[in-house]
Amino acid sequence: MANLFVLQLLNGVQLGVLLFLIAAGLTLVFGIMDVVNLAHGVLYMVGAYFVATFAALTGSFWWGLLLMLPAAIAVGLILEVVVIRRLYARSHLDQVLATFGLVMIANETVKIVWGTSPLSVPTPELLSGSIPLMGPLRYPVYRVGIIVAGLAVALGLFLVINYTRIGMLLRAGATNRAMVSALGVDIGKLFAIVFTLGAVLACFAGALIAPILSVDTGMGESVLILTFVVVVIGGIGSIKGAFLGAILVAVVDTLGGVFGPILLREVLDPSAANQTGRMLAPMLVYILMAVILFAKPAGLFGAKA
Amino acid sequence: MTDATAPTPRTAAPAVAPRVKVAMILFAAFALFPLLAFALDDPFLIVIGTRILAYAIAAMALDLILGYGAMVSFGHAAYLGFGTYAVAILSSYGVTDIFAQTLFAVAISAVFAFVTGAISLRTKGVYFIMITLAFGQMAFFFFISLSAYGGDDGYGLSGRSTVLGSNMLENDTTLYYATLVALIALFVLCHRIVASRFGRVLTGIRENPTRMESIGFPPFRYQLTAFVISGCITAVAGVLLANQAQFVSPAFMSWHRSGELIVMVVLGGIGTLSGAIGGAVAALLLEEVLGMMTEHWRLWFGIFLVLMVLFSPRGLTGLFEQIRGRRE
Repeated sequence: MANLFVLQLLNGVQLGVLLFLIAAGLTLVFGIMDVVNLAHGVLYMVGAYFVATFAALTGSFWWGLLLMLPAAIAVGLILEVVVIRRLYARSHLDQVLATFGLVMIANETVKIVWGTSPLSVPTPELLSGSIPLMGPLRYPVYRVGIIVAGLAVALGLFLVINYTRIGMLLRAGATNRAMVSALGVDIGKLFAIVFTLGAVLACFAGALIAPILSVDTGMGESVLILTFVVVVIGGIGSIKGAFLGAILVAVVDTLGGVFGPILLREVLDPSAANQTGRMLAPMLVYILMAVILFAKPAGLFGAKA
Repeated sequence: MTDATAPTPRTAAPAVAPRVKVAMILFAAFALFPLLAFALDDPFLIVIGTRILAYAIAAMALDLILGYGAMVSFGHAAYLGFGTYAVAILSSYGVTDIFAQTLFAVAISAVFAFVTGAISLRTKGVYFIMITLAFGQMAFFFFISLSAYGGDDGYGLSGRSTVLGSNMLENDTTLYYATLVALIALFVLCHRIVASRFGRVLTGIRENPTRMESIGFPPFRYQLTAFVISGCITAVAGVLLANQAQFVSPAFMSWHRSGELIVMVVLGGIGTLSGAIGGAVAALLLEEVLGMMTEHWRLWFGIFLVLMVLFSPRGLTGLFEQIRGRRE
């Protein structure tokens, strides 16, 4: 039982780190630009497709990852300049519609370019195999790698946001956009940077997960909704909230799926417990969100409701 | 209530007469539509027509809160799902009467809308959109894991609902007209709601919640009531859709469906009930036509959507008005 718990906890943290990478960009885009971006999950998917393509072309996951970065920057910039930029002054409803349109365009384009069958990316040799944890328990090196890479990016983001000039502008923008603009900051450029940064982080998350997941067109959707939950729980515009929210959501989601039925078996007979557990498990994160919002409508670290 | 100095120049208080006229023209066209299907000898058109009418009900219900209450609910497909599953679940227990099924669907939807609405309405703007989306997904996942009714794969119905013991709905044309009757009845209901004191308060809250609160109308109560009403009407659309398709699946409640409902409302111009009906017709026809031309119709639909938002923010109604040079 303890072994299973540790294993699932690690899986939860690994998912949480990925969710954080996606949520960080989304929460900044919400907080600073006040834009609802439904197309953020698409970027995660595109990142995975990029790394699959580049890794297949070059024969190396690492080259794939490296080539993915400029491609992600290009996608982010193009999206910002062509569509998102025109939505800043518009209502949330317009933003929802336009980015919903982008989701349809992107999903269909991916189907046309890469086909409908899922792609797979081989795990890089350097990170294959597994390491011993406790007792007979082993954990795949690659998943450890994801956790380390994600935490490293989180740390980097933390340093940039708290100790650099651009980070200062980001924090100021999330608190009071009009004031930042009035003080002579080129808000258009700041927005483009924020959006592109968010796009690159989401693509990076997709690229990291590609070797342990099959890469297909639906992958952005489930993650998008979970990311929304993370952003809402953490509070819009808060990177710290996104980090804690991501870990919380992912751990609850992962542990709930495994331990929900086990706990229910204490009160119900096994088949009923399995049945109820299976039904409740996917709803757990939403119940968590409802509870947190009931107590704090602006999320854990939200500045504005 | 709709103040000339209001900061957001949205559609003003419903100018009743012309819009009712538009609705009556639409209803007359719907009533004559089966003749076209017979003339073309294409009974499948009736099936498509029923689907369009059912979605028109849902779009109108969403417009009630989106257009008149400025609540962008991104989880309305959940209520379509409750409607469809109410039919499936009750008929599996032998209750096939459409009124009993509708009552059940409305009851579930009322409870769900009350609970999730009460939580969602504590927030505003972006939060509200994302929270309603998340609750919609919650319902979606619940039905995906409901293995007794097929889970992800869905569940085929053995037959359509009965009306007071008669199985008249088995005939596609009868079902079409039954759906049209429901649409007209619910349009009258929505129209009455919008024109009532309650509807005026709701519009007032849309324009300026603080002012409404200070003159004695607490927004939360009114908004929640509207949210529940809207959910219940959407569930009726779900009941009709289940009968049309004779198949239910969680696909009815995916977040794409919620997005499509918003598209319909906006396409027709928000805050005009007849616009939502027209929007449903336009969106679904566009889907059908694009679907006939290419398997990648979603690509073109998405491009259409982005262009519409960028160049005609007030939907087709706005486009027509622009073309006719008529400004409000």
